[in-house]
Amino acid sequence: MNRPAVVLTAAVPVLLVTFILALSVGSEPVSLDSVWHWLTGRGAGDDAVLLVDFHLPRALTAIAAGAGLAVVGLLMQTLFANPLADPYILGVSSGASLGVAVSVLGTGSAAVSFTATFGALGRWGTVAAAGIGALLVLGLVLLAGRWVRTVVSLLVIGVMVGSAVGALVSLLLAFADPARVQKFVLWSLGSVDGTYLGDMVVLLPMVAVGLIAAVSIAPSLNALLLGERYAASMGVHVRRIRVVAIIATALVCGVVTAFCGPIAFLGIAVPHLARVLIGRADHRYLIPACAVLGAIVCLLCAVVATLPGADGVLPLNVVTAVIGAPVVVIVLLRSRALAAGQ
Amino acid sequence: MSGHAVREQGQSLRLAGLSVGYRKRPVLQPVTESAEPGRVTVLLGPNGSGKSTLLRTVAGLQPPLAGQIHLGDDDLLAMDPRARARQLAVVLTDRFEVGLLRGGDVVALGRHPYLGMGGSLRPADRAAVAAALAAVHAEELADRLLAEMSDGQRQRILIARALAQEPRLLLLDEPSAFLDAPSRIELLAVLRRIAEQRGIPILVSTHDVEAAIRAGQDGWVIDQGRMRSGTVEMLARTVIGDAFDTPAVRFDAADSTFRLR
Repeated sequence: MNRPAVVLTAAVPVLLVTFILALSVGSEPVSLDSVWHWLTGRGAGDDAVLLVDFHLPRALTAIAAGAGLAVVGLLMQTLFANPLADPYILGVSSGASLGVAVSVLGTGSAAVSFTATFGALGRWGTVAAAGIGALLVLGLVLLAGRWVRTVVSLLVIGVMVGSAVGALVSLLLAFADPARVQKFVLWSLGSVDGTYLGDMVVLLPMVAVGLIAAVSIAPSLNALLLGERYAASMGVHVRRIRVVAIIATALVCGVVTAFCGPIAFLGIAVPHLARVLIGRADHRYLIPACAVLGAIVCLLCAVVATLPGADGVLPLNVVTAVIGAPVVVIVLLRSRALAAGQ
Repeated sequence: MSGHAVREQGQSLRLAGLSVGYRKRPVLQPVTESAEPGRVTVLLGPNGSGKSTLLRTVAGLQPPLAGQIHLGDDDLLAMDPRARARQLAVVLTDRFEVGLLRGGDVVALGRHPYLGMGGSLRPADRAAVAAALAAVHAEELADRLLAEMSDGQRQRILIARALAQEPRLLLLDEPSAFLDAPSRIELLAVLRRIAEQRGIPILVSTHDVEAAIRAGQDGWVIDQGRMRSGTVEMLARTVIGDAFDTPAVRFDAADSTFRLR
């Protein structure tokens, strides 16, 4: 068996173990025994309610968010030929946040939980607003990317666009109801705990569509590794591939941000982890590897965020930053092009 | 050397009134030339004379302002990109992040225009990749990382990638730019052998006049925006000097070198 197949085969049981672990932990933990009983269809008594209402949605959300963000991070790194590109750094998550801010802060309901405040526009409305926000920023960064040739200046543009969009969000916050502002701020720190089982009918299919779109363009993404002109000379419809990649990114980033807040570092760190493990630059292996590893990493982050016990959970971005920031620094140090400021 | 190989005779590349440039501004007078199968045609001209623009236009990477491009009876401009990619392949100067790419991976990318949705290689694809690696004597580079190769080795891999497309026309833009003097001559010798074995026209742009004249066969020379053509020996005696001489340097046709005046 070749190395990518070994890695992918080995990753599946690891995913299963982390999934079970994530089902178990929480402010009201469920024993691993009960989780196993429940998973194998033998019931779990009182714990069943806890599992179905809280732990299962959280674990599924972590899988969808991790897999989705890692794969679109990979798409953006290839599309921009930039090893440090990802939806968070390039401001796409900020665009999605703006969409959420407009749809939630701008409307008038006052429900208890954040996702339940999918006010007048409803769940789909908020997701659509986040997707549109993500798409707008992505378009803007892509347009700017046509003019800059260096890896670093694209990142600077992304950070600037992100800050500008963040300022707009702050403006909305300044005029919003303080109770909602507090919830929005908590949401913006990132969390996979705010979802209900009903949310999965929106979250899971949309992430799945994004992943299928990514898989469908894998051979063309490989050709794009040599640059757009080489790809075009091999018969790749570069513009079409770019559109598919952008729509998949906006879709995934939009829906994940709507439910979990802007999550940092997963999109940038997991593709590099996948490359190291797979040892190849072939997107036909990297995309599934990113999906599985992203899910594992995000589940682990969710478990770590929950561990301190007590009532509260750590913001997810606190945990992802601890894992992600070193990866970014290592990539930066190892890339000769980046070191030379190109 | 390859006289025993079964030789298919390919078809010639014909440009008719081809005007190239950007935003309706031609960089050359309209070009009407042909490049013959089985032969290496060197495209010569000073830097900035429009060699790359012409080559990229023939490759279908930018639209022509006017004129026609035919390979045999086929109109290259009328083809969609995938069909065109089965007719012609290019070696460009574009740099890319080599990352985890291995020699064999890059050559296999040349099969892209033949692959189905899944993108997996069939036996015929693997055979084409192996033949392409063999043609440039790069079999031992298949498992090596590009990051660990010399410029010359990388260039051979990129030529093999183009050959894996099984093109009926091969175009190379300044392929010797990063090579040392012996490698430049050797590169042109490799291209001559490929042209002969595969029976295809090969068009190579270069500003390295001395190597081109020693190892090329036919030539297109851009002189003050006009294209002149002939065998390289003939061009060396006539047009090269007109195109390249400066007040300080002149081209000596006798031994094909530039000398200080």
